[in-house]
Amino acid sequence: MKFTLKIWRQRSHNEKGAFVSYPLENVSPEMSMLECLDVLNETLIVRGEEPVAFDHDCREGICGSCGFLINGVAHGPERATTVCQLTMRHFRSGEELIIEPWRAKAFPLIKDLIVDRRSFDRIIEAGGYISVSTGQAPDGNAVLVGKDLADQAMDAAVCIGCGACVAACPNGSAALFTGAKIAHLGILPQGKSERDGRAVQMVGQMNAELFGDCTNIGECTGVCPKGISLEVIAMMNRDYLHASWRRREALEATIPPALERNTHRN
Amino acid sequence: MMLNPNIPSGPIEQAWDKARFDMKLVSPANKRRHSLIVVGSGLAGASASASLGELGYNLKCFCFQDSPRRAHSIAAQGGINAAKNYPNDGDSVYRLFYDTLKGGDFRAREANVYRLAQISVNIIDQCVAQGVPFAREYGGSLANRSFGGAQVSRTFYARGQTGQQLLLGAYQALERQVHAGTVTMIPRTEMLDLIVIDGQARGIVARNLVDGALSVHIADAVILASGGYGNVYYLSTNARGSNATAIWRAYKRGALFANPCFTQIHPTCIPVSGDYQSKLTLMSESLRNDGRIWVPKMKGDRRSPNQIPEDERDYYLERRYPSFGNLVPRDVASRNAKQVCDEDRGVGKSGLGVYLDFSDAISRFGENIIRDRYGNLFEMYQRITDEDPYKGPMRIYPAIHYTMGGLWVDYQLQSTIPGLFVLGEANFSDHGANRLGASALMQGLADGYFIIPYTVGNYLATNRFARVDESQQEIQNTVNTVRESINKLLSIRGERTVDSFHRALGKIVWESCGMTRTARALDTAVGDIRALREEFWQNVTVTGSSDDLNQNLEKAGRVADFFELAELMCIDARERNESCGGHFREESQTAEGEALRDDEHYSYVAAWGYRGTGEPPELTKEPLEFHNLHPSQRSYK
Repeated sequence: MKFTLKIWRQRSHNEKGAFVSYPLENVSPEMSMLECLDVLNETLIVRGEEPVAFDHDCREGICGSCGFLINGVAHGPERATTVCQLTMRHFRSGEELIIEPWRAKAFPLIKDLIVDRRSFDRIIEAGGYISVSTGQAPDGNAVLVGKDLADQAMDAAVCIGCGACVAACPNGSAALFTGAKIAHLGILPQGKSERDGRAVQMVGQMNAELFGDCTNIGECTGVCPKGISLEVIAMMNRDYLHASWRRREALEATIPPALERNTHRN
Repeated sequence: MMLNPNIPSGPIEQAWDKARFDMKLVSPANKRRHSLIVVGSGLAGASASASLGELGYNLKCFCFQDSPRRAHSIAAQGGINAAKNYPNDGDSVYRLFYDTLKGGDFRAREANVYRLAQISVNIIDQCVAQGVPFAREYGGSLANRSFGGAQVSRTFYARGQTGQQLLLGAYQALERQVHAGTVTMIPRTEMLDLIVIDGQARGIVARNLVDGALSVHIADAVILASGGYGNVYYLSTNARGSNATAIWRAYKRGALFANPCFTQIHPTCIPVSGDYQSKLTLMSESLRNDGRIWVPKMKGDRRSPNQIPEDERDYYLERRYPSFGNLVPRDVASRNAKQVCDEDRGVGKSGLGVYLDFSDAISRFGENIIRDRYGNLFEMYQRITDEDPYKGPMRIYPAIHYTMGGLWVDYQLQSTIPGLFVLGEANFSDHGANRLGASALMQGLADGYFIIPYTVGNYLATNRFARVDESQQEIQNTVNTVRESINKLLSIRGERTVDSFHRALGKIVWESCGMTRTARALDTAVGDIRALREEFWQNVTVTGSSDDLNQNLEKAGRVADFFELAELMCIDARERNESCGGHFREESQTAEGEALRDDEHYSYVAAWGYRGTGEPPELTKEPLEFHNLHPSQRSYK
């Protein structure tokens, strides 16, 4: 197979970027999209040119490092598949593939296809956990969790934090990502006692990071490599609504402390 | 040099209690005065950082990825062992201890392994409390499954994504400490050297992978949790970024490296499909619970699997090992797969593959139950191969997956450099010559949650720490070494890419120091590796500059270290003229072709010391003593 890869090249956050076209021949249909970039980079290096920078690590769709838009779609045309697992057999030989980084205000570009997703870490930092220190846990079977609840929690917990949901959303919203963690922890009995505070803190942080608001468009779930359902956004909204009444003083009084440390943005 | 493993005296059941009682404590008020560095944010690194942060230490955690949640522990699929005995099927701490030591072919320390089995039960409790959504029975209790090398069901799991869920639990605990201000997380930063002052590990030199800046970080102790070195082989199931640089640079600063040749080859990976391939994908070993492994009886049989009638199939594991069948340990399963392929009975285009067949399980339990157990693994297989495993058998082949060897540590997880601790896959401690399935997650979390918080405290309480200044000569020398080696890589401007060297190196190591090893092949390999390394330093091409995001430069530094490590692996494999666990020397086998261990001559840990590149390393032996279990020849017949 052969392709033309039209790739966004940008040396750094402060420099201007542009698309550059690279022809690529002798592509085998079993190759993954990232392996195509590997092959391209090998030829660029031999020619003394700078290879295309892109984030990747596990190459089995679980670490969440990789991701870019292919012809405008986050992670490309296959459902529930990250670009590291997207094989070329899903494209037609001769096609032009436009490859560009996630574009969202909350994900500043670092180089080529690499963006800064630390805003996701800061959302988790604001409350995406159960406050149990090492050594405090009761026996694993002390609290029973019905299989249906455990399965529901797991459906939300599978999020890999890749950022495709944000990139696909016309508003650049992180509602699916944030909702997935709020749902995962809120469904489980272990996470119940911090449910209100968690929703207030995490949603507050999400808003402070310049993610857009959710308007229920649903592009996020369409591109999510783990197929996380829009239901988690409903759960987040419900938890936030409950909490904003029950914890109204707290809501008025403070901004989440993590906000002040958010100094990376230009 | 004498190696003191510092194993507490007395009965093994009380060793850890005794060790903890003998430890000096740091008072709560003094903890925040101590600074610590953790390199790596996988299960071991994240759990250590979280737990030490909770205790009040002042800690910096480094990872090379953009977020600590990316660490490769995330990709572990099958599960985590614990001696809970919830299924009431005869498990106990002692049995987990026995299975792990036997599975490791009696090349691990009894006391370490016993402690691991003891702690296993606390890990499950901790993870459940953190909200890890383990699989449950309908009644709400935790579900278990069985795994290779064991006859009880003691493996806890979260679908086929147990590593992901455990890592996210540890990552969230870590982020909670970032929020609390005890932990500073430093992502996209790579440790490039260890700072040793007056014999103590006192910090690291790190490179910011975005702007290339080198920085010095001083601390009272350094904890390495940087994972294993499977990527020496180029193709492995490791993440592409996994590397040995942190432990290798520590080795070059004086830490001993133990049992480097003990590497694990996982039997159930998706076979290689072409030269461009960048990594191998593992299918969880839990598949062997319900899948049956077979090849055609006839040589060169190229019929499609559905056309091969039942009586012309060879279920070779069930035939040769009737009591364990498809659940024999990984090394045994891998070697048998290689053997049938060598006999020209392999399947698939390349002939390097065997079938893993679920048709019996599907007709017994129904497709839904199988989907519930392995749904995501089946999907993954289909996505990569374009074949539907519900309709026909999977094809699998062994691949490098885990490295049991690593930096030598004593019972306190301290290396031979005082103040340098090593956790998880980066150390050598608990798995001997072969690791059992679902034990890596257990060890990483045992080290991070429940061992290092005690032992590092003891070190801090019993040592004095002189004030260290960044401008000090030792530190400036270390920074200069790092800078020179980066400049060297950029100045060669040769004609061959880093990946091309790495691929060539991987091929040498896979062929000579892979599933089977011989003295002759290892001798040749050492020569070949040296020649290739010399070519690397004259002919590699690294584009770009050092003060920029430069992935090619990062890779070059890691591959340079893999060259030296590969040589040490071959030297170690050459020296150990016995077969044990994952290390199979053709010179040492029984009449039936099974591994033949030699306890009389090789019942020791081989710990190697650095004496200069190109110089032969120095071997120190730590004898292994067995007071509780009698080393028996492993038999899974």
